[in-house]
Amino acid sequence: MGVDAARARPAARPLRAAGGGGLLRGLVTTYLSLLVLIPLAAVVWRASSDGAASFWRAATTPQALAALRLTFFISLAVVAVNVVAGTLIAWVLVRDEFPGKRLVNSLIDLPFALPTIVAGVTLLALYGPRSPLGLNLAYTRAGVLLALAFETLPFVVRAVQPVLLTIEPDAEEAARSLGARPLTTFRRILLPAMTPAILAGAALAFARAIGEFGSVVLLSGNIPYRTEVAAVHVFTLVQSDDPGGAAAVSVVLLVLSLLVLAALNLIQRRRTRHAE
Amino acid sequence: MLSKLTLRTVALGYLAMVLVLPVGAIVWRTFSNGLAPVWQAVTTPDALHAFWLTILITAIVVPLNTVFGVACGVVLARQHFPGKRLLDSVINLPFAVSPVVVGLALVLVYGQTGRLGSWLAERGVQIIFALPGMVLATLFISLPYVVREVTPVLREVGVEQEEAARTLGATRLSAFLRVTLPAIRWGVTYGVVLTTARALGEFGAVAIVSGRLAGQTETLTLFVENHFESFDQAGAYGAALALAALALLTLLTMTGLRRREGH
Amino acid sequence: MSIEVRDVTKRFGDFSALDSVSVEVPGGSLVALLGPSGSGKSTLLRVIAGLERPDAGAVLLDGADVTGVPVERRAIGFVFQHYAAFKHMTVRRNVAFGLEIRRRPRREVRRRVDELLELVQLTGLAERYPAQLSGGQRQRMALARALAVQPRVLLLDEPFGALDARVRSELRAWLRRLHDEMHVTSVFVTHDQEEAMELADRIVVMNHGRVEQVGDPRELYERPANDFVMRFVGPVTHLGNTVLRPHDLDLGLEPDDADGAEAMIERLVHLGFEVRAELVLADGQRVLAQLSRDEAEQLDLERGQIVYVRAARARALAG
Repeated sequence: MGVDAARARPAARPLRAAGGGGLLRGLVTTYLSLLVLIPLAAVVWRASSDGAASFWRAATTPQALAALRLTFFISLAVVAVNVVAGTLIAWVLVRDEFPGKRLVNSLIDLPFALPTIVAGVTLLALYGPRSPLGLNLAYTRAGVLLALAFETLPFVVRAVQPVLLTIEPDAEEAARSLGARPLTTFRRILLPAMTPAILAGAALAFARAIGEFGSVVLLSGNIPYRTEVAAVHVFTLVQSDDPGGAAAVSVVLLVLSLLVLAALNLIQRRRTRHAE
Repeated sequence: MLSKLTLRTVALGYLAMVLVLPVGAIVWRTFSNGLAPVWQAVTTPDALHAFWLTILITAIVVPLNTVFGVACGVVLARQHFPGKRLLDSVINLPFAVSPVVVGLALVLVYGQTGRLGSWLAERGVQIIFALPGMVLATLFISLPYVVREVTPVLREVGVEQEEAARTLGATRLSAFLRVTLPAIRWGVTYGVVLTTARALGEFGAVAIVSGRLAGQTETLTLFVENHFESFDQAGAYGAALALAALALLTLLTMTGLRRREGH
Repeated sequence: MSIEVRDVTKRFGDFSALDSVSVEVPGGSLVALLGPSGSGKSTLLRVIAGLERPDAGAVLLDGADVTGVPVERRAIGFVFQHYAAFKHMTVRRNVAFGLEIRRRPRREVRRRVDELLELVQLTGLAERYPAQLSGGQRQRMALARALAVQPRVLLLDEPFGALDARVRSELRAWLRRLHDEMHVTSVFVTHDQEEAMELADRIVVMNHGRVEQVGDPRELYERPANDFVMRFVGPVTHLGNTVLRPHDLDLGLEPDDADGAEAMIERLVHLGFEVRAELVLADGQRVLAQLSRDEAEQLDLERGQIVYVRAARARALAG
């Protein structure tokens, strides 16, 4: 019945105003402002309160520059290593089967759960002066790299795993049946699908690495110009009662993190646009 | 098949070198002189105080950030307003900020050289080098976890069940507590576990904010560093192991919960 | 319990969902809000419920202005299209919810829940969870839940929209019987004119946030107020410039008077009791005619045959 009955396209449901609105939002915003925004604003304010020239001077002392440069490049290296290792581990966890796989999967989150200082002590036990492996990385840049690799390992793994889980083996099998060798399949089908996730994990890992303190502070020996990372330098400046200097270096770190996270945001937004 | 084995070996090998063996090493090192010295070291008054202080801070921080997390989740999942994306980014800030910067920030705001700090000091309120400062630092760094876990679950659950509850006579709050909260409980629990782990393990921010007065403002993590640098191996490793045990407990809980919820 | 909606307007941002709508629902009646998607019918229902606040206008229940009263105090019952079952509660706890909110004594709650479960024929499923029920069972549970607190008004938002056809027709009949027994003032929203015609005492036809016509099913069908109502409430076809119902066309084998337009039968569809003839006129216009099986047999119709079409009754537009 109803041959000519009006059959309109389903209209988009208009947004309903949510309940409790303003008050809850106000409380949430207040909490965030008091806890996060105001303290961070204080750092920025302190760094810039004596003018741009003063900021520049404080942020570019030889020791600060050394620390920042070291931090930046080691973090890049660590992220590069963990992108490869993390993707590999994610692959093995998703596509391979072996006894104890579930245990291994749980272990990935260990760096998230373990306090950073304990991580430092732990790494020292194995790779320090009395290393049972005879491998002493204390006071070296390799040690810093190791500590950062430990702390940032889960980011890429956990970012890539869900993506791999949703890619069914069918796509790879189809490619193989069409003659593609495993490496080609990986390169042309899997990698493009995983790239946004890898980048997301890498960005988070980088942001984490440049600010890392607890795991590095014991292992590296904090030798200025050699193994002193930016966070340790900030700490030293605070201890030596130079909050202005500390604030300046902190602002550099903050800007760097925010840039990386903004880039991540952009990638993710483009990804959702493509998915539509 | 062969190459799969190679991949597996490389992956597991990396994990062993970076994660597993170090943990094994510390267990071995801690008890290398037997159980007694370790037990003695972790039951000194300073050690016990550090333990309880850490628990206290965590016990204050976790409920606060959980309530905030759920409230913020409701705002993010159900409301639309200009600046929503900004709110989202601000919540992510604690992930991007180095803990030492957090410590510095709090010192700048509440330290005695600042305006607010000296105003408070005149009234006998001490934030820095005291418990309140440490709580604030820990609140900052553990802020995002519950929000992150709860928001997508809230989105999924929707508002219809709550509306139904209201048509049946429940007030807004009552409907939320009786109907929505149970529906999101696994998300909340997972977030609480992550928050707890993060709070227990905080080091950098409290290192700056606490003044590290042994027996007064020294948390368990600060205790580890302190005793390590004073070559008290038994104390440092003992406390580190205690924290590692808590971390493993957290891991187990996370795994168990993830399976429950089908993460 | 009568309902009156007076000049209600509701906007969502730029979108005007309701434009000065006024509707009266007599106590004890079963009224349908009928219209296409986006017509504002669900919004109107939610305004009556108190789930939305109107930007202008008033809602009165039994003569009392409840516009400012929040939904939890209006003593209404609401049934959602997708059931809105409390997933983590058993059927019993679901149905008992409203009573437990009101802190009724446990024995009374238990008794009432058992009564209701029997009424909706879900006895024996009391300890199941909604996920373990079929769609039809879930909706019956939702109805029991809404009725548990003895609402003055029962509001249903496309209650059968998510169910398959057979369950839908079963529940429709069942709802009508329930209403006849309980006489609770009920308003339901639907986009299915057949459902509205079958169930409702009165139908409010809506389009673009406005009321097009209010009347009983027969009135709407035979005396539609305008084109929209005519098209929406039943099938229409065109003959020349006239809009008619397909069964108001007469088919003849002879061109016995000036009105008869020559047409060829393109297709004959036999639908049990009725026969649908898809015709095409000399000028290419397509016409749909509907006859009873007997009429078709009498004329001995065949595909490709030439017949003559005439309007049996001119379309009557309600004044």
